[in-house]
Amino acid sequence: MKLGRYRNKRKYEPILPGPREWPVVQISRNRKQFVQDVSDAAFERIKSITRNKTALIEELETTLFKEKARIRENSWKVDPDDDNAFWSGVKSKLLDISQSKNKNSEEVDLILKEIIHRYASEIAGNFNTSHYRFARAIATFGFNRLLNAARIKKFGSFWSDRLTMNDKIQINGEVEKLREMAKKGTIVIVPTHSSNLDSILIGWVIYTLGLPPVIYGAGLNLFNISIISYFMNSLGAYKVDRRKKNIIYLETLKAYSTLALKKGAQSLFFPGGTRARSGKIERELKLGLLGTAIEAQRINFQEKGDKAEKIFVVPVSLNYHFVLEAPSLIHQYLEKQGQERYYVENDEFSSSYKIITFLFKFFTKGSNISVSIGQPMDVLGNNVDNEGNSIDKYNRKLQVQDYFTFQENITVDKQREEEYTRMLAGKIVTQYCKIARVFSSHLVAFAAFEMLRKRNKKLDLFSLLRLPDEDIIISYNEFRKVCKDLKDKILERVEEDKMSVAEHMHEPIDNIIEHGLYNVGMYHSKRPLIKTKSGDITTMDMNLLYFYRNRLDGYGLEKYV
Amino acid sequence: MALKNMFRKPIGVIGAGSFGLAVANLLAENNKVLIYARNIEVVDAINTAKSWNKYKMHDNVHAINDMQQLAEKCEVIFPVIPSANFREMMQTLSPFLHPYHILIHATKGLDLNLPKGKTLVDMETLERHHIKTMSEVIMDESMVVRIGCLAGPNLAREIAQGLPAATVIASHFNEVIQIGQQLLRSDRFQVYGNPDLTGIELCGVLKNIIAIASGALSGMELGENARALLISRGMVEMIYLGRAMGGKTESFIGLAGIGDLVATSTSTLSRNFTVGNRLAKGENLDSILGDMQEVAEGVNTIRICKKIADSFKIRAPITEILHRVLFEKITMEEAVQYLMKYPLNVDVDFM
Repeated sequence: MKLGRYRNKRKYEPILPGPREWPVVQISRNRKQFVQDVSDAAFERIKSITRNKTALIEELETTLFKEKARIRENSWKVDPDDDNAFWSGVKSKLLDISQSKNKNSEEVDLILKEIIHRYASEIAGNFNTSHYRFARAIATFGFNRLLNAARIKKFGSFWSDRLTMNDKIQINGEVEKLREMAKKGTIVIVPTHSSNLDSILIGWVIYTLGLPPVIYGAGLNLFNISIISYFMNSLGAYKVDRRKKNIIYLETLKAYSTLALKKGAQSLFFPGGTRARSGKIERELKLGLLGTAIEAQRINFQEKGDKAEKIFVVPVSLNYHFVLEAPSLIHQYLEKQGQERYYVENDEFSSSYKIITFLFKFFTKGSNISVSIGQPMDVLGNNVDNEGNSIDKYNRKLQVQDYFTFQENITVDKQREEEYTRMLAGKIVTQYCKIARVFSSHLVAFAAFEMLRKRNKKLDLFSLLRLPDEDIIISYNEFRKVCKDLKDKILERVEEDKMSVAEHMHEPIDNIIEHGLYNVGMYHSKRPLIKTKSGDITTMDMNLLYFYRNRLDGYGLEKYV
Repeated sequence: MALKNMFRKPIGVIGAGSFGLAVANLLAENNKVLIYARNIEVVDAINTAKSWNKYKMHDNVHAINDMQQLAEKCEVIFPVIPSANFREMMQTLSPFLHPYHILIHATKGLDLNLPKGKTLVDMETLERHHIKTMSEVIMDESMVVRIGCLAGPNLAREIAQGLPAATVIASHFNEVIQIGQQLLRSDRFQVYGNPDLTGIELCGVLKNIIAIASGALSGMELGENARALLISRGMVEMIYLGRAMGGKTESFIGLAGIGDLVATSTSTLSRNFTVGNRLAKGENLDSILGDMQEVAEGVNTIRICKKIADSFKIRAPITEILHRVLFEKITMEEAVQYLMKYPLNVDVDFM
């Protein structure tokens, strides 16, 4: 089946001429100094949290305990060889301090500094311009070759340039404004996160839009694989180790992000923290890294007053018909919901083979992806005009530094900034819900699941997911009607500027349904929705259906089923 | 008296009702205060005679009639005006406000934010976004985010007499709570903090319903057992309604909840109590409201909360029966009978 083709073939010029001006280059050129700066800042942060020496020693002991446990129970290839030796060293030094009579606080500080410096060096990225160029060229070249080889079944098509990434991925939304703001200040991109593909995709988007490379936190587990590790490093990633949940590490990470933002490095956070396991649009955001945007903005004002560089936060929604990891994600989600059981983070991208199979599937089968760029906002979540001035909803200009001001001075108040972070997170979530593009596949999954739910009102979620096969058949006519009603409701909200849809959602309903059924979770061995021989609708995997259904969760659309 | 504080700018108060004047006087003990009054007579009286409406004003209080001036001169402002005028006041004030302003309001009512052209009667069901607390109105209408609210057993006349009392300042910002404490605290005035802004606002709003009922009990001379019954069941009802609108249970058992509830339900000084009292003695609502000098928020609150109880499917027998007394003309005696026959609930099921 063919739907009309919609294209956006625009090419964007880079907004900064050469890599020399890229802040990320500045940082990595002075990597040693930067790591030192981060260490100093992190040291100050931790000292201000731990009020006295006893509290600090306690913090160090907790950290030591957790790190020892990590090494024992969950060590990775990427961990440095001297990990064990280092922490044993910390242990004996702490022991010395606890036994010595005159408790010297300088020694305690020294241990803290040592740990921080180790963390900071581990986190710090290793951006390199020529590696960046090379990696990007490889990626683009590879993608295009794969795409052409797969799509145009003709001898020699491997070298054809008929199809490029542009055909595969649509970018829409506030593209021009994003580029404009990137010239005027520092951009923080905050995308939704549902797949490991996100990092690669967003990297490509940033390059396509002519933006300088961003720095972003990538899970340390990805660095286990040397080839990915090379790409990640080249593309400006710094490392985030989700196993390390101790305060010293987290504060070092925040210090890193704050300092990089302060230096004007465009950054990217996945504010949902990890991939959305339920398939829902993220509504609870992690505030830690997000807060560094607010902190960096305040420091800019403190240091430079009216001339301070402004930080803009740009929500981005990544929309898929298909999420490779869906089966294991939803499994983990349900397991967690079902009972409070701890699960070890297993990762589906553990081998190069799996990634290549995935990429091949991605390119060979025609599932399109869309990327929606939201409205750039200031760090308080206010809209900005084309000049980058913050405006309220009545279009009145406002000064962001006023939010940090009391009696005409910029004041530092951690709790105030935490509250601001919560407010910003709220604004980001509102934008996610508005810009997330509804695809045919989301519609059909939602319709089917909610019809089954309505039919079995008395069952709770977990019983519903275990419905026997004969109870999960939906007649096509009923299904069509529900899909149509839902589509009309959704389009109404699009009119009110509360939701967004892909262009294919304006097609006649039968086309939409067919398109949706074809695309929803298309590469899974068990398809979330299929047509039976008699033309009715059923599912091969309720959990997966639930996962894809969840994309439309939280809009209050259930009542129209 | 030497000013002992660190606030360089005067503190603003908007509204010269009895509580506005009381707040201005409390603030004036440590600070210069600018009070905005709509009525130029009031401004003159405060500035020249240092007294208005039987209240003697502190020397540090200066009255003005210009919102813009108030916003330019003051960084911390206490709006203390009836909820019915609150949004309009914010719209006038808003162009002069900046994000550095701090607003701590003391208004104990709700604002309705219905679709254009609709009234409460037209609405089949209410959703949460149709109802706004005053802090939400401030957020709606201005760029101010550091917002707080003042609530607690604070009968204006007792405060004017210098009797000991305490209040709660609620805000999401510790900063706002601390500033409020520094500004208001004195030897005879304690100030507690609470982060549950919505909850504390709702305490002040919802207790007015019970105060009307309590006034009615007094009017019918039903005794103190009945009042104790009313207060304790009333609090349960406040908790149900309050939670449905986003307040936390804990807030209702604190000073601004049970504390204020006891004060307003037992004091003949309270306006809402007076409404209930006169209703029970057979007067009708229009004539009572007609000759009251100041607004009794409880009447409007009952109209809104009845609708909320229906829409959110909450058991709120006191609110419902008062609604019938006020707007469907049943008598207070019938109302009491209805409540006494109401099927029993579990005593405490909200903890």
